[in-house]
Amino acid sequence: MTEVAIIGASMTRFGEREAWVNELLAEAGDACLDDAGVAPADVEHLYVSNMASGEFEGTTGVPNALAHDLGAVPAYTQRVDQTSSSGGAGVYAAWQSVASGASEMTLLVGGEKMTHRTTGEATDVIASLTHPVEYKHGVTLPSFAGLTARTYLNEYDAPRESLAEVAVKNHRNGVDNPHAQFRREIDTETALNSPLVADPLRLYDFCPITDGSAALLFCPVEVAREHADSFVTVSGVAGATDTHVVHERTDPTTMRGVVESGREAFDRAGLSPDDVDVAELHDMFTILEFLQYEGLGFADPGTAWQDAMDGVTARDGALPVNTSGGLKSKGHPLGASGVAQVFEIYRQLLGDAGERQVDADVGLACNVGGFGNCVTTAIMEVR
Amino acid sequence: MDAGECPNGHLSYPPHPRCPECGEPQSESVDLTDDTATVVTWTTSYATPPGVREPNTMAIVAFDDHEVRALGQATTDDIEVGDTVRPVYVDEVREPGAGIREPDSQEWDGYRFEPVE
Repeated sequence: MTEVAIIGASMTRFGEREAWVNELLAEAGDACLDDAGVAPADVEHLYVSNMASGEFEGTTGVPNALAHDLGAVPAYTQRVDQTSSSGGAGVYAAWQSVASGASEMTLLVGGEKMTHRTTGEATDVIASLTHPVEYKHGVTLPSFAGLTARTYLNEYDAPRESLAEVAVKNHRNGVDNPHAQFRREIDTETALNSPLVADPLRLYDFCPITDGSAALLFCPVEVAREHADSFVTVSGVAGATDTHVVHERTDPTTMRGVVESGREAFDRAGLSPDDVDVAELHDMFTILEFLQYEGLGFADPGTAWQDAMDGVTARDGALPVNTSGGLKSKGHPLGASGVAQVFEIYRQLLGDAGERQVDADVGLACNVGGFGNCVTTAIMEVR
Repeated sequence: MDAGECPNGHLSYPPHPRCPECGEPQSESVDLTDDTATVVTWTTSYATPPGVREPNTMAIVAFDDHEVRALGQATTDDIEVGDTVRPVYVDEVREPGAGIREPDSQEWDGYRFEPVE
């Protein structure tokens, strides 16, 4: 199998944007090609990670539109929808295209335009991934988080403050991310006193609704050497699913898709959780950061909250998690998020993360769709 | 409120064409409406999508006489883990057509969970 490198990365400013989805995708795609110094005509495969451009704005066929806008025609194009983990699934698809030898230059662009919808409408578009027996009861992804957080806090005797600490940490990290939607610190009291959204979780336990786009450029390692002195390799990537119906899981605090995709990604990379220096986890809800941290093997089940309280996952801790600010402060434009996670790891590994820089040679990104329904894990190393 | 059952006796709610546990076709069904259940966890959602009551208290329950779980709205906001509940029929759990999902693509009647005194 061909060894796969990433030689370029970009992301737009995340937040409320006037641009629509095709413009957002073009902005990130164009910047990524510039970052790598690669001409659009050299792109052989173009993947677009996007969950719901049709539902959000009545625009479909976005990959072809992007190929045309970027001057990349006649590149092969494909849309990747894996709900909130569309970006991670795009990373997997892009890796496959290069690893298999099908493409020697693959551009991946993830993006979503959401903020023109009301919170209720946007929540409903996302909740449409649920089973009819869930949907009719008005289940939303935030309510799954509330149901699961209650079980986690009860079962492991974890203090409510530990979830607030995730929000505080990720907001702190987001201050130094020029692309982030929110760039302000919050304190624990603010998080704990914010309005209830899905009891016991409150406003600051949830990521915002966001517009934005991010992009990555993949090629074989031999080709990468022609373009850059230092680059990043994808040493392990894998994906897995869990049940569609969330209440059918025997242990709601174990995310099987995280466990399985993590195990396979580590196997492919020949690495273990101890080798990881920096991680981007899918903190769509604060509780998810704990469940992934445990599922990936960074801590035993029921103990991630202690690492959060002890500062292990802070930027100056032993394993910094979400140095980008995470989905919590950076924002969560569905299809863009998994791509933006790898953007952060790419910058960290190359030493280009500015104020957010940590000491890292190995980075991991875990992207979660639904409430753990479909998950991808990618491990990257600097070369 | 029918759960699917496979030849190995595994139950699931809702039913699936194949048993999620062993992969055998689910050939039987079991009616859960006369069973009581125990609240495993609950939440009250204050940010509900179009066509859903607000606030919306929901619970995941484990049935007492059948090895199966279900999620549903509660009849009250006053509910605790460990409470015993029973299913109560409602002809419209959520307003069809108010949200994004095509009204004819699914059923909208169902069961809420009511605490048993």
